[in-house]
Amino acid sequence: MPAKETIKPVSEATGPMGESSPLKEISVRTVETTKRIDEPQRRSKVSIKGINAWFGSKQALKNINLEIEENAATAFMGPSGCGKTTLIRCLNRMHEMTPGAKANGQVILDGIDIYDKSIDPVVIKRRIGMVFQKPNPFPTMSIFDNVAAGLKLNGVKDKKLIKEIVEESLEGAGLWEEVKNELDKPGMGLSGGQQQRLCIARALAMQPEVLLMDEPTSALDPIASFKIEELVHQLKKHLTIIIVTHNMQQAARVADHAAFMYLGEMIEYGKTLQIFQYPKQELTEKFVSGKFG
Amino acid sequence: MLILVAFAVGEGALPIFSQEGFQFITGTDWNAVYGRESFGALPYIIGTLLSSAIAMAIGVPISLGIAIFVTEMAPHRISTPLSFVVELLAAVPSIIYGLWALFVFRFWIRDLIERPLYEHLSWIPFFDKTPFGLDIFTAGIVLSIMIIPIISSITREILRVVPNSQREAAYSLGATRWGTLRTAVFPYARSGILGASFLGLGRAIGETILVTMIIGNAIGPAAIPTTLFSQGQSLASLIANEFNEAASDLHLSALIGLGAILLLLSMVINIGARLMVSRMVKAVPGGRE
Repeated sequence: MPAKETIKPVSEATGPMGESSPLKEISVRTVETTKRIDEPQRRSKVSIKGINAWFGSKQALKNINLEIEENAATAFMGPSGCGKTTLIRCLNRMHEMTPGAKANGQVILDGIDIYDKSIDPVVIKRRIGMVFQKPNPFPTMSIFDNVAAGLKLNGVKDKKLIKEIVEESLEGAGLWEEVKNELDKPGMGLSGGQQQRLCIARALAMQPEVLLMDEPTSALDPIASFKIEELVHQLKKHLTIIIVTHNMQQAARVADHAAFMYLGEMIEYGKTLQIFQYPKQELTEKFVSGKFG
Repeated sequence: MLILVAFAVGEGALPIFSQEGFQFITGTDWNAVYGRESFGALPYIIGTLLSSAIAMAIGVPISLGIAIFVTEMAPHRISTPLSFVVELLAAVPSIIYGLWALFVFRFWIRDLIERPLYEHLSWIPFFDKTPFGLDIFTAGIVLSIMIIPIISSITREILRVVPNSQREAAYSLGATRWGTLRTAVFPYARSGILGASFLGLGRAIGETILVTMIIGNAIGPAAIPTTLFSQGQSLASLIANEFNEAASDLHLSALIGLGAILLLLSMVINIGARLMVSRMVKAVPGGRE
């Protein structure tokens, strides 16, 4: 995934910046220079190719192209309504479950297009986990059952195996030490931040390859948010993480790559450092310097 | 208000309870002839409970099915008219159901359901009686039609307020539509669905005119149903049948006594339902309701 390819969609896009050709020239040249200082190239886990999405007749995403690196964290950022949540929901085919919503294009996960007609969206969601804005544990279930829910849904019956995976997942979500003595207590009895980590554990129990996080800290206080961010650093060692955030500091703290979106278009995508320090697009520069958004 | 009613009913029923004592509840005779008066309510208690149980056994699953279909499965252009039609059923006065059942529906039930059951399954005691059409079974079925709109429309609303985040949580774990219902939707809505069912049950127990028209109006020991196809009598239907022609004060008091039992029965069911619901809600800190 050379940086040049990464930036190509931007110049192709007919966005607010698309018509200004001098800027395009500059961005291509900058890419050539940044390429040399790139660390050794890592594998692309998810390729987003020409994704368009609609709510009814309103187009929410316009021809998005993006390569997501394996075992790294990628942040989608942008002002409210820019389509970042819609985009992340397109990556596990959750978007189309909203009445009236549809999407087309390709999302290629390890060589398989998840929008292919032969693919069952249910199976895709087992490989791509998701964590939502508001913690949403199942209210009638205990902590243990919450984490085991996905396994049970997919027909895992082996109690010993379930127990092992639940423990592993809670450890993975940094919650084990806090709840190991009260696994049979209701999940709703936990604090907001713990609930969100419970939801992360629930997603981890499915042993996903990609974890989508849709503004996972927007409903949490700063300390709980910090813990989630720490967790992202841990998890990305073995997991491809895509995180939506409207919080630029958070993107800067957790993400290796960042994508800036505006009005349903991908404005700029690159290494987080580059996006924040040397943005190529004027809009990105305005956003990261806090002039709007 | 409830206290006033309970007081009036209790006072009216006092003579019969002092005359018959506990016999009034456990007895089976019903004789209003002057001088040989004897009143026992047991057959009608059984008739009430049995017809309501049949109504629930048929009505609740169908109502759940309708509510699930409307909220979780059907596309909008089907679900809206369908729920409208089901709700329209709730607006039909029960006497209309009664007339329809009396003149049309009971023959369908007799010929299409009861006869085949009798012919093939009469070795099961439930079905061992030549069906006639005006019996407890028919009453239960027609009652179920009457309670389906109530239960299904309340259940529909309850399913509708299950937050989408719950459904998405299940879907994101790779749940199928059924898995999502089972894991996310039902547990969240179960206390509400239970409440809806008990509301339907309350309606079925108290329903008078419809039952009077089709339950067969048996009296005395003969009103103890030995099969599902027996003619029976419910508390409410007996009151309706005899209230106008109550021959003596004691007869009148006996009918009011039936009312007292009916009131008690509905209260017990209602309070029982409340307790069940609140215990479920307590199991869920932060749960709704």
